[in-house]
Amino acid sequence: MKIVVTVKHVPDTNAEKVLDPQTKRLNRSAVENVLNPFDEYAIEEALRLRDASPDTTRVTIASIAPRSGLEILRKALAMGADDAVLLSDDAIAGSDTMATAYLLALLLRHIGCDLVLSGTQSTDALNGIVPAALAELLGVPCLTFAKKLMVEGNSVEIQRETEDGYARVRAPMPALVSVTKGINEPRYPTLKGIMGAKKKEIRTLSLTDIGADPTRVGAAGSKTVVESFAAAGARAKGTVITATDPREGARRIFDFLIERKAL
Amino acid sequence: MSSVMHSPSGLNFELPEELVLLKRTIREFVEKELWPIASQVEETDEIPQATIDAMRSLGLFGLPFAEQYGGAGVGELGYCVALEELGRASAAFSNLLGAHCSIGAMALHLDGGPELKARFMPALCAGEKLACFALSEPGAGSDAANIATRAVLDGDGYVLNGVKHFITSGDIADYATVFAVTDPARGARGGITAFWVDLNGPGVTRGPKDRKMGLFGSHTCELIFRDARVPADHVIGSVGAGFKTAMKTLDMGRLSLAAGCVGSAQFMLEKSVAYAKERVQFGQPIARQQAVQFMLADMATEIFAARNMVYHTAWKADRGERFSMEAAMVKRYCSDMAIHVVDRALQIHGGSGFMKETGIERAYRDARILAIYEGTNEIQRLIIAEELLRG
Repeated sequence: MKIVVTVKHVPDTNAEKVLDPQTKRLNRSAVENVLNPFDEYAIEEALRLRDASPDTTRVTIASIAPRSGLEILRKALAMGADDAVLLSDDAIAGSDTMATAYLLALLLRHIGCDLVLSGTQSTDALNGIVPAALAELLGVPCLTFAKKLMVEGNSVEIQRETEDGYARVRAPMPALVSVTKGINEPRYPTLKGIMGAKKKEIRTLSLTDIGADPTRVGAAGSKTVVESFAAAGARAKGTVITATDPREGARRIFDFLIERKAL
Repeated sequence: MSSVMHSPSGLNFELPEELVLLKRTIREFVEKELWPIASQVEETDEIPQATIDAMRSLGLFGLPFAEQYGGAGVGELGYCVALEELGRASAAFSNLLGAHCSIGAMALHLDGGPELKARFMPALCAGEKLACFALSEPGAGSDAANIATRAVLDGDGYVLNGVKHFITSGDIADYATVFAVTDPARGARGGITAFWVDLNGPGVTRGPKDRKMGLFGSHTCELIFRDARVPADHVIGSVGAGFKTAMKTLDMGRLSLAAGCVGSAQFMLEKSVAYAKERVQFGQPIARQQAVQFMLADMATEIFAARNMVYHTAWKADRGERFSMEAAMVKRYCSDMAIHVVDRALQIHGGSGFMKETGIERAYRDARILAIYEGTNEIQRLIIAEELLRG
């Protein structure tokens, strides 16, 4: 079984993010870029499947990024993935979610796979559209929000997280599954893994290599446009309740919450 | 990462990609697993077994050793980068690792024969077995050549008698590199031999834990050998070459110890900068006071110098060049630097720094030993002078 995990490099989640007023895009050069934390769960899940049947399963990491994205692919390889492929092309800058999904679909067709694993979203834009769009373009079943994943023969079954429990969903492979944070605890790359990762192969592909239509990528090929943006308004000052009697204070907080239908 | 201009001379100060990831991984590990339990380790004087297990799974115990034995083979620069990051946690962790990797198992790694290494290195790299380094004796500290522990050939092995003291991890290590006199007439010039000794074997007793000023969570004790038998094939290197092995191992140990100094000082600087910005006196953050600014500026400058000398010396070591003088310089400077920086950090933190909660007073107590162990700073100066005046 060939598992491909799609990953994204995103600005460090702890860093303050800045939008460029000219391009209306996130300024990615101002902060350190890291492996999208949501993707680490997908990598871990793939590695667990591989570790369960190491002779027949292979984990490939796929990403679209500038060359600096190699760093996060190395991390995924250090965690234990077998190889990686990076689609990198200057013309890709500014692609929206649909253009990204289009490129990922071509990339995945190019390298071939039985199971695609992804995170539910990336921490930078938080759109959460790519997994579904990618499955649609690949023409494969899309199983989202998996909190548990099992592969049996040629089918994949998940527990799909819902608000009040879970739904069991099964589909034949090839299929795409997006996994939630609850599914596992991602491993640290081991120090041996880090040193070994430099010996693993990272293939770099261009738009021509995967036969992409240049008019469907980049800012020009994207259907969505960020018209404008504004800072979120400062939060109004909270209400401070002062009371000498604790019971009285609790009562007033209770009334306040009832009034706002919070209880 | 920023793009780097490579100078025509080929001089390049950028860490290789894998070491950047190594550094980041260990920093994350320190922040998530080690720093949160630092006070607990201090209070209980123990590192929890679960933490040692986590250090083991990460692969810390095999960091500098060859991949063929299951090590990570990170090289001297990689090892220094790792210890720099570990230096940000409490000294207990870097001492546990240092006793094992930097000196205990390092002697075997550097000078042990292929058969001895094949037998013992895999478990040491995996951290399943721990090693320590037994050179110091009550009558032989700085004067290491004056050791009295004797090893006498008897049939198919040696019989060991003597006392080693202040042995870091002596209480928990499974093996020790033990230095003993095999030829009293020759002393350091051919009369000392290094042995790989099973500390759980007959004739070996561990003394009670020493009561120390700091380094809680890391223990030192005496190792007492009474007619302890060591097989002849457990000689590390050759008979009589032990003092050279000790010096070579300590070169490595001094360099990595200095790397830990850089990390702990960097952490103290970061804490001090944050505190100076936040602590308000006379109506403004104390960071506005030149007196505080000057302290911060000096701390940062000294750390900058220290880090560069550590990396440069590690680079030299990785090229296979001799670096005894540099190791002594680096150990001398970085330990004094770390002691100075933590002293300034405590001064900036004022009364709060003297309290247990900030962790500064712990770092202050832990730092003092840096100018003493792995060769006092006076001995380092002698080594430097000897190299300078050689020939």
